[in-house]
Amino acid sequence: MTTVDRNDVEAGVGLPEDADQWTAKIRGFLMRNLPPGRLIPDRQPSYMASWIYIFGALTMGALAMVILSGGLLSLEGPTWWHTSTVGLFVNSLHLWSVELFFFFMVVHLWGKFFMAAWRGNRALTWMTGVITFMASIGAGLTGYLSQTNFDSQWISTQAKDGINAVGIGAFFNVLNFGQMLMWHIMILPLAVVAITILHVLLVRTRGIVPPIELEPADPATAATGGEG
Amino acid sequence: MTAALALVVGALIDLSGPGHYIHWGFIQISVGNLVVICLMVVTFLAAILIPYHRRGGRS
Repeated sequence: MTTVDRNDVEAGVGLPEDADQWTAKIRGFLMRNLPPGRLIPDRQPSYMASWIYIFGALTMGALAMVILSGGLLSLEGPTWWHTSTVGLFVNSLHLWSVELFFFFMVVHLWGKFFMAAWRGNRALTWMTGVITFMASIGAGLTGYLSQTNFDSQWISTQAKDGINAVGIGAFFNVLNFGQMLMWHIMILPLAVVAITILHVLLVRTRGIVPPIELEPADPATAATGGEG
Repeated sequence: MTAALALVVGALIDLSGPGHYIHWGFIQISVGNLVVICLMVVTFLAAILIPYHRRGGRS
């Protein structure tokens, strides 16, 4: 029986004969791409000394508030959020955190667009951001449809024509409250949160995109954003 | 106090009536949406133009 050094285990060093196991492969992949110092860094590149770099974090802060307030609404239901003062407050908290979420995300998008933030092997980071934006729009629409008021009735009857025009009305029926509520509180929040986590991990893997004038000529340096 | 606050805020931004819209050719947009877009542009420009002061960080 092979003895295993506890320090080696904690440092993520496996035995050579275990190298083919999927656990060793996943650990090796994570250790190469997301070492702890890169996953949770203490310092950032000096070019990040600009307010434009805070909008990604602000977007995530607003998303946390959206999830928290939405979770509270789902505990109590429509009668609570339409009639009780606390319910109305949490309902407003949910609405305004969504407003801020989209506000910050759009400013973040503009900032990254004008930085051409897909440079330096960051296309997947850019695309996950785009997909999160699209999923968020879907979550916003299904949220409006889940209000259970005249506003949601009006929006659903308007949206059905657009949805039917693109041919998906049979699968995504905006007049079906139960289906829209399930999309709003289950599938789309899971998608938004999961892809946001992937987006952040990709940012940590590739590094923050440097300004165009500071882009390193060496692609190997570009992969980490020239942090230091 | 709450009623007075509601009166002041309600006088500034009355959200109870029908929405206001701006028409420009084929473009139609609600005032509320236009205000939000303008605020985003102002925030974007401010984020770029206002200096960010760091506390003795490494360059």
